[in-house]
Amino acid sequence: MSGDVNTPHAELAGVTRIYPGAAGRPPLHALGPVDLVLRHGEFFSIVGPSGCGKSTLLEVLAGLAPATDGRVTFEGRPVAGRVPEGVGVVFQEDASFPWLTVWDNVAFGLRRTGVDAAEIERRVGDALSFMGLKDFARAYPAQLSGGMRQRVCIARTLVMQPRLILLDEPFGALDAQTRLLMGDELLRLWRRTQATILLITHALDEAAMLSDRIGAMSARPGRFIDIVETGWPAERDSRIVAKPEFGAITSRLWQSLREESLKALGHGRAQAGASPTA
Amino acid sequence: MTPLTWIRIILVAAFFGVLEILCRTRVIKPVTMIPPSEMVRELGALLASGSIYDDIRQTLAAVAIALVLAVVSGFPIGVVLHAVPRLRRAVDPLLATYYAVPFFVFYPVLVAIFGLSQWPVIVIAFMFAVVAMVISTLNGLDRIPRVLDKVARIHNMGAVETALRLKLPAAAPHLFTGLKLAVAYSFIGVIACEFIMAASGLGYAIAYAYNNFDNRTMYALMLFVLALVTTINMALHVWERRLLRRRVR
Repeated sequence: MSGDVNTPHAELAGVTRIYPGAAGRPPLHALGPVDLVLRHGEFFSIVGPSGCGKSTLLEVLAGLAPATDGRVTFEGRPVAGRVPEGVGVVFQEDASFPWLTVWDNVAFGLRRTGVDAAEIERRVGDALSFMGLKDFARAYPAQLSGGMRQRVCIARTLVMQPRLILLDEPFGALDAQTRLLMGDELLRLWRRTQATILLITHALDEAAMLSDRIGAMSARPGRFIDIVETGWPAERDSRIVAKPEFGAITSRLWQSLREESLKALGHGRAQAGASPTA
Repeated sequence: MTPLTWIRIILVAAFFGVLEILCRTRVIKPVTMIPPSEMVRELGALLASGSIYDDIRQTLAAVAIALVLAVVSGFPIGVVLHAVPRLRRAVDPLLATYYAVPFFVFYPVLVAIFGLSQWPVIVIAFMFAVVAMVISTLNGLDRIPRVLDKVARIHNMGAVETALRLKLPAAAPHLFTGLKLAVAYSFIGVIACEFIMAASGLGYAIAYAYNNFDNRTMYALMLFVLALVTTINMALHVWERRLLRRRVR
């Protein structure tokens, strides 16, 4: 890993994203203004109510969508118009290529950037071993479970050796047990690559288990209303869910988010206030 | 072979068996139709004599050219229409009513442009086939998961590379449907044109035999065309199934 753990790796400063109104509708203020500094090598998660702009933030940071206002930088250089080299993204949807074998899926990015065959062989073999897919190298995605297909997508990102990995609810479609195990794999990947990770999730327990820091976002337009430092050691896994601190973290997150989630559901503050306290 | 394949074979065999009996017992008169076994024997004789090779070559060349043109232009046209929604909305009604147009009326115009060659036949067959390819391309592209667009952008792929390396294979099952339709339409266009307007080719040979009351040659050539088109379609079907087997979840 290059860069000091306390130095900014990626930064959003005063970033807003407003979608222009279509067919006479008013513009949609989806995000911000948001300020966020991702430190080198940290695991940062973002939680927030549905539609609060979490994925929009990720897309702006990745260079997949432009910021309406504000500044986005990655390793000190502005992010504008294209995904910077060194940034990898994994989506919630199955983005594996059904016409390619697992091996070819993982090698896809390397082949088109002209990496030599021996290096491709080494990196793909390594990524498949790391993600537990070595025995499925010749299989097609259709022959794999949802969790394994997501691992293929992670491996495809991993071989490109990204320094910043953006994950947009990558385990959203998986069952609870598989998500815990995938969380362990993600932590293993994070420790090994020493990359900076930004995880978007709607699962508070997932964020609490995986992250160094967690940003809780308000209802749309999304802004950070709380940043929680978990204080977990780097060597952690899903067994930390049994620790009392884990409960304290999820409880704090929920306290921050409960009213915002009600707002997102269309319930006003009055109704939120009238409900019994959880 | 699966039980369904056996049922299919039995149905086809039964059809030809009944036809054979009806022809042999003269329920169907020989001036109307010859028995299928006679068609096969006559076709064998024609192929052995080599007298229809030039017609076969000409027809297959015309079909191949029309098909290739339809595929290589239909796919990019589909991609462009898909990429420009406003253009697609403008063109949609034309695509929907396209097959209501009797293309053969353009033959004189095409002769005036291309002369008395194979090109008017090829152009009409192309016109038949290309829109099937365009519509199948649009159907395929409509069904590509949107996340693949994002994947393309993560890899900083350009529009052409995205189309060739992601959209083309992702839409392949639908393109295959387009390809099968394009094959059928190319054959229909070429054979029909030759039948009505040309001076050579398999369609012309069938029409010539028909006009000269040469039932044996006519049915033998019809059998050849049917067998050829069925074989090509079956080959494409097998290929398509192999392709889809990898993708079924």
